[in-house]
Order: sequence, then structure tokens, then C-alpha cells
Amino acid sequence: MTLTDDEMTQAEPDAGLEIGKDRRRKEDQRLITGRTRWTDNLVLPGMLHLAMVRSPFAHARITNIDTSMAKAAPNVVTVITGAEVADEQGGLPNAWPITPDQVTPNHPPIAVDRVVFAGEIVAVVAARTAAEARDAAELVDIDYEELPAALDLKEAAAATPENGGALAHPDLGTNRSALWTFDSAEAGTGGNVDEAIARARTDGIVIEREYRQQRLIPAFMEPRSTVVDPTGEQITMWSATQIPHILKFLLAAVTGVSESKIRVIAPDVGGGFGGKLQTTPEEFITFLLARRLGKPVKYTETRSESLMAAHHGRDQWQRLTLSAEKNGRVTGFKVELLADLGSHVSLVGGGVPVLGAFMFNAIYKFPAYQFNVQTVLTNKTWTDAYRGAGRPEATYAVERIMDELAAEVGVDPLEIRERNWITHEEFPFTTVAGLEYDSGNYEAATARAKELFGYDELRAEQRARREAGDRVQLGIGVSTFTEMCGLAPSRVLGSLDYGAGGWEHASVRMLPTGKVEVLTGASAHGQGHETAFSQIVADRLGVAFEDVEVLHGDTMVSHKGLDTYGSRSLVVGGEAIVRAADKVIEKARPIAAHLLEAAADDLEFKAGRFSVKGTDQGMAMAEVALATFAAHNLPDGVEASLDSDATFDPVNFNYPHGTHLCAMEVDTETGQVTMRKYAACDDVGNIINPLIVSGQLHGGLVQGISQALWEEAVYDDSGTLVTGSFVDYLLPTSADTISFDLDHTTSPATTNSLGTKGVGEAGTIASTPAVVNAVVDAVRHLGVNDIRMPCTPERVWKAIAQARGGAAGGGGQAETVGAAAPHFDESTGMEGTVDRTTGGSDA
Amino acid sequence: MTRINLTVDGSRVSDEVEPRMLLVQYLREKLGKTGTVIGCDTSNCGACTVHLDGVSVKSCNVLAVQADGGEVTTIEGLAQDGELHQVQKSFRECHGLQCGFCTPGMIMQSVDLLKTNPNPSEQEIRVGLEGNLCRCTGYHNIVRSVQHAAAATGGAQ
Ligand code: FES
Ligand code: FES
Repeated sequence: MTLTDDEMTQAEPDAGLEIGKDRRRKEDQRLITGRTRWTDNLVLPGMLHLAMVRSPFAHARITNIDTSMAKAAPNVVTVITGAEVADEQGGLPNAWPITPDQVTPNHPPIAVDRVVFAGEIVAVVAARTAAEARDAAELVDIDYEELPAALDLKEAAAATPENGGALAHPDLGTNRSALWTFDSAEAGTGGNVDEAIARARTDGIVIEREYRQQRLIPAFMEPRSTVVDPTGEQITMWSATQIPHILKFLLAAVTGVSESKIRVIAPDVGGGFGGKLQTTPEEFITFLLARRLGKPVKYTETRSESLMAAHHGRDQWQRLTLSAEKNGRVTGFKVELLADLGSHVSLVGGGVPVLGAFMFNAIYKFPAYQFNVQTVLTNKTWTDAYRGAGRPEATYAVERIMDELAAEVGVDPLEIRERNWITHEEFPFTTVAGLEYDSGNYEAATARAKELFGYDELRAEQRARREAGDRVQLGIGVSTFTEMCGLAPSRVLGSLDYGAGGWEHASVRMLPTGKVEVLTGASAHGQGHETAFSQIVADRLGVAFEDVEVLHGDTMVSHKGLDTYGSRSLVVGGEAIVRAADKVIEKARPIAAHLLEAAADDLEFKAGRFSVKGTDQGMAMAEVALATFAAHNLPDGVEASLDSDATFDPVNFNYPHGTHLCAMEVDTETGQVTMRKYAACDDVGNIINPLIVSGQLHGGLVQGISQALWEEAVYDDSGTLVTGSFVDYLLPTSADTISFDLDHTTSPATTNSLGTKGVGEAGTIASTPAVVNAVVDAVRHLGVNDIRMPCTPERVWKAIAQARGGAAGGGGQAETVGAAAPHFDESTGMEGTVDRTTGGSDA
Repeated sequence: MTRINLTVDGSRVSDEVEPRMLLVQYLREKLGKTGTVIGCDTSNCGACTVHLDGVSVKSCNVLAVQADGGEVTTIEGLAQDGELHQVQKSFRECHGLQCGFCTPGMIMQSVDLLKTNPNPSEQEIRVGLEGNLCRCTGYHNIVRSVQHAAAATGGAQ
């Protein structure tokens, strides 16, 4: 694969304009020299260290805890248990009850009398050093009485007190947390799905499939770490978090400490991917202990703790029914999900599948659509957002089943998409799920992707290999995705019962020397905010890129914000910056007019300069800034300040899209899969920094590819996480991956003045179905029509062997076709059972 | 407690350490060399990679006492006379990092790779960095960074 340096470079930007330039990142100097502010680097005078004692059982009653030996260990300051702090510890918040009757178990940071997943915190040791704390933690003696654990998602959904199934929280009497539904006929956005399916059964095509979204672990590289210093006027918390502002608010809400007494700082944060979008038990515990002890306290998790107890993502069963006319025009799509929440309904975990609900119809003009999700409690680590959150699951389902439809109709997968997609003339387009897509051009992106990929040549090679009966077959996978990102608007989030808004805040301050300070509520963890935001402000105010300083991630500095997740930083936070900068210009205008002895209306502002129209008279913004600071000669009634704030709440989400194409080689004898080529054309609207955008795409692509091929959080029958270290939880290495061929088309967003769309999750959402479609495509002629993720050599080999006549026994079938769903009984509100063979273990 | 003497980033240090102390802990906790970070407990991630006597090692996999008498270079000692190492420059030039957590280890490993193979192919780079995990970049730009560094020095690393 060749590497081109200009793969994402746009047409030459206007000279002097920062937006569109491949600016090297401001962040990098400190990161490449090791002068980084990771939370775990902090050392404060008198600081104590914590170690957590965690449950080895998935579900057990705590019958006795003896902390005396641990307390007597060298340099141990205290050991606490859940019962000892029950009055003080509060419960972890759930901010998104998706239905009014959602079943939400109480969530104490330290378990009190029962543990509900392996890895839950049972006791906490504070000692002079981390090593001493860990040593003492070994000495805490706990007696457990094991209880039946709800582990398998389908079994958990079906369990009741009457049928004796295991309940994750027996006191709740059910594992079903909430049932959330959408029906296009009821919503008035489309037709009746059941009628469409009934029609297609007599005169058309009905495709029924069951797909598994395996459980994944975000696995950010920097383990979570928290330091709390209670010794000042304020209590200061440093945390490796994506959400310093939300964390501050929730700490105050849960502990009763006034918000003005809490300062949260997210210094350099080593990746998040949704995994640090949580108010964690560890943060609450560190806060509690620091206050109790009156000393700075640090907790940094080990990798095994991180894999076991930081939240997981995905984990759904998807049952899909797609109806179509014989020519492949889809008439209806029905989606029934079971979503595993794990042991608790975490901060926004219950809402993750709901985010996906709007995306199952993707780029298509489906006339009828129905969505049901049952969220389910089990005795496993809780799940929450992981890169894409809900949207990758949806995109996978629809892009996989569209391939099945193409196979049924007997046309190229791209042809079936063309017959169903929204054409570029039809934008803005209101989908059957009720979303209004503002802009897009699926034809253009697809044409460009095909060209980059060499689609026709690769198809020809595929045919030749098939005809020759080659041992290694070639498969081509298509994914024409769109997503809903830029999390906001507040009004819409509110209508979905989300507990917060989606606006973002910014301040822009002209300093006396003409430099600019920008504060943003969007707190970065690797996305390059400092660079991209500097480019925006440099253009807007006509100052040098180097003269802009972007401050974020400290609630005392950027005092207001809703943080970073859901690809919202640029499209919501960036636009807030634009608006604050524009206010600065409008504040400066009367001052400049006064100094230039001209009418404000006669001034034009361009490239950092106010000039009097039709003359060569003018003054630079820097001069206005200095004059404002000096305040010797300001117009009457004008404030001596060029600072401005803005809060932006968009009217709509935004909808990046793209076409991704993947070629996979599959060894039909061993099941080994190898990626041959990956090309994509994405449309993320206008691009601020092409270099950063391509970097975000590359990283996203590998995360999505990794779900398709390698990653899975696996529990054993007793509920222990088998993939509890990087030895077993397979993250791809450089040797497992390839380089990508990327390009873009541009359909500017209409809901922000920058015309940008989110990019952080796009690669992940798009790539998983592209890869699995390619693997299945390589062996479809052998009779395989599904392979469960991750497509390990074993699973691929079994699927082939099964298709060839059962050489692998029942295993292939069990892996490739999901079980009849015992959970889809009357009482779920979902109907019927899948008319398919059984099998398929959930573990 | 055992006494060790070593040179770290050009400075001679002498300390009493517990025999169980890892080199990475020694560097971070005793010397404040916090550029070297810890990403796993299993020697899989490579975030802690430093040079010991000119060869890259995972410093979570070496006891501080084993480094006795040795010469250690960390990311903080890589730049010389205020001038960034070419590999550091190339990572910046080619956007070979995002969150930057894997970056010190990635850079130290790349420097070692280029020392032994000044003109690696893409595949040789990919295999050479196999012991270092990155969750952000998808490796694409890391590979380019190493290629860029190789080209910039004309194979004279
Ligand atoms: S910390 Fe040394 S290899 Fe992960
Ligand atoms: S840059 Fe974040 S882990 Fe590599």
C-alpha cells in the first residue's frame, strides 16, 4: 500500500486563511518530549494512595469483612468498607432514564452487602505509598456467599422470580430495565411495518437475521487516575476524564458540597473513546476519602482493573426483519434489540441503544420502520458509550442486512444501496425515524470511493479466483454509512429524557497585546482542540495562529461546558467560539470607530483590521485591544473590555456520511482473514484541519475493524472476565493493520456557520460492517451468509466447514445463526420468536 | 534496600531502592521522569519503552537493580542541545500521535528500530513496532512518521 502525503489535503486554501490548512498540532511539543501532565504524574505534599479491594465473584452476598490485618500493615492510614461509609457515599447517578418506569438499581460506589459484578469495589485501603496500599489490600479478609449470577443476555431477559432464572438484583424482581419503542406509523413519519412485512411474505422478499454486537472494552491507553486535594479553599480534583464539567456538577449533586467549592481539572488525558464519559465509583471514593482524611489522595488503576471495571460498550442482540419488493426496494424494517446494561444503569448507558434507534434506516428511504429495545441488567461490568455509541450497532445491522438483500435479489451490493438511498437532490430529507438530514451526496462519495478502491478491478479478480477455485478467496465489503452526531440540540435530548442539555460554551478574550485567549467547555483527550480552535479564531479575528491560546479542561478556567463526546466539540463547541469571536468584533467596532473618528457603520472588518470604507484609514484589532485596555479614550457608555461569551445550541444534529470499501482475503482452509485494501470517501462537511481529520478517521477505522476481527470481552461461566489483560483482550498492533486510502467530498452542514460535521466516530461506525461484509462476501459462494464478530480464523473456518457439509459439527451453525429468542415473548411487548435453528452461546 | 548507580538522560544518579522496584517506577517516582508512562501490567503495551545501554527495553519489565551501572535514556533525554530528535520531529510532522500517551514509547522504539534498520519498508516498520500499542492513530500516521524520519536522515539514524 502506498502512502501519499496529501491524501486528505484539500484544494489549496486561500492564502492567509487558517481554516483548511494542515496545521501541525500545538499539543504535540509537550507530548513528544514527555513534558505531559497526566493525572498520575501529580505528586502533592502528604499525598496518600488508594488501592481497591475488588470482588472476585459476579454475584455474592458479603457475609463478613475483616480489615484488621490490613489496618495493621505498615503505613496504612485507613481501610474503609461500604457499610462504614454508607451514609456518606451516596449513589452513582443515572442521567438518562429512557422511560419513566425504568428499573434502576441503587449504585453505591463501594458495595454494601452484596456484590453484583466481578471487579466491584468492596473495600478501600489508603496508605503512604501505592505499593503499601496494594500490599495491605491483599490482607483484607472477606467472606462471600455466592449467589446465582445473571450472565447470558437472553437468559437474563427471560428470567423471572417464577421461572427461577438468575436475577442480577433479586430485590428488583426482574432483569428488565426499560422497554423503549418507536413506530413510524404511530409517529407519523412512515407506514406500518407489520403490514409491509405481511405483504412481502406473499409477494416480495423478507429477510430475517439475528446479529450479535459483542461486548467491547474502550481500552484507552492511559489508565484512569484521580487525585483529590481537599487542602485549599476549594476541593480540587484532577481526573483522567472526558467530562470535567459534568463531573463537577454531579460531584456537587451527589455529595452536597457546593459547586463553587469544587474544581475539576482534566489535564492531559490519554484517550477516552467514551470510556472516560462516566462519573466513576473511583472518583467518588477518592473524593470521599480526601475529605475524610483532609489530605491529598491519589488513585490510579492498573490495566486489569481498567479492563474489568471501567465501563464496556456495545453488547446487544439484534433481531431484524427487512421486507422488500422483488426488485430490492425496501418496504419495511423492524428492529428488536436486547441491550446488556451490565450490573447498573450507568450515567448514560441506558440511552446508548436509543441513540442508535434513529440510525437503523441509515441513508435509505425506508417507507416503514419499527424499533424496540429492551435494556437488561446482568452481573457483568456496566456498559455505556463506546466510540459511536448506538450508531455503530445500527449501521452494522443495516449494512449487513442490505448485503443479504442484494444476495437475495442477485445484484451487486452497491446496486441495492442505490435503489434505496436518498439522492442528493432530495436533501434536506426527513427520514422514517424522524430525523431531518440537512445535506449529503451519497452518489458522489460512492463514485469517489469506487475509484480510489479500484472496485471493478477487484471484482474482476474476485470472479477469477472463484472460477479458479483458489484456496484464498477475495471478498469485497461495502458500507455506505451515515451517522447522527454533534450531540445537542438540548430540546431534542430533553424530549428523549436525557438528563442534560447539549449546548456548548466559549469565551474569547482579546488581551492587551493583541493575543487571544479562548476558553472552551469542550475538553480534549487527543483530538487536537487547541490546534483546530486556534485556526478558527485566527481566521475570525485575523490574528496569527500562534497568537491564539486555547484553554480547556479546568472548571475554574473554562467555567462552563458540557465536555467532549458524540463528535460534538467542533460542531457545537467550535461554533460557540465563532459566535464569541463575532461578539468581540462587534464590541471592538464602536471603539475603533471612535478612535478613527468615523461612523461605526462605515467600518469594515477584514483580516484583523477595521478600515473606513473607501479610504486607506484603519486600525488593527491589536491596536483596538491595547486602546481598550488603556481605556484613555473610549466612547461614552462602552465597556473597557474585549471579552465575550457565547453559548451555542444547534437546531439539529449533523450527519456526516461516506462510502467505505474493504477487500479481505480469506484462506478457505484455515479461516485466516487478511485485509488487502481499504479505501473510503467520507463527507464531513467543511474541514478545518485535514491532517487532524485524517488522523481521526485512521484511528476510528482501526477501532471498527478491530470489532470486526479481533476484540471481544469474554466472561466465563462464573462471570469472571477471561479477557482481563492485554494478553487476552486483543488490541490490534501495527503489524495487524494496513494503511488506508482516503478522500473526501464536501456537503457543508447547514446547522453551523463553519459548515462542519463530526468526524470522531465516523471511521468506527463505517468500518465494522465493511469488513464483515467483505469476509462474508469472500465465502458466500460456499454457502456462508453470516459470521459472528469477531471473525476469528476459528469462526470463519467453522462457518465454511459447516456450509460445506457439517465437517465442523454443529459449532459453525451455533456461531453463525443466532438462537431462537426466548426473550421475545408476549410480556416484552415484542412478538413471536425467530423461525430459525437454535444454538449460539452468549458467553 | 539495594544501592544502584546509573546514568539517566546524561545525569549520574545513585539511590537506595527496594529490590522489587521496577525501572519504570524508579524513573517516574524517584526521578520524576514522568514522560515514561505505564499502560499495562503485562509488558504488552510498550508505553514504558526507554533505552538501556542504547537498546530499547520495556522499563516495566526490568528491575531498577538490573539497570545498575547502566545508561538509561528516556523521552526526556532524547532531544539534544535543545534540538528535537528527528523521530520526534517526524511524529509531529506526520501527525503520528493523538492523545500522546503511547508516544514516548513509540518514539523510543522507533529510534531503536531505525538504528538497526535505517531504511525499513512499511512492513518492517509495522513489525518493528508490534510491541507498542496505540489506540488513537490506527498506526497509519505512526508508520508514516517513521518513514519520514528515515527519509529525512537519509538512513543515517
Ligand atoms: S507498561 Fe510496560 S509494556 Fe505496558
Ligand atoms: S496517541 Fe493515543 S494511544 Fe497512541
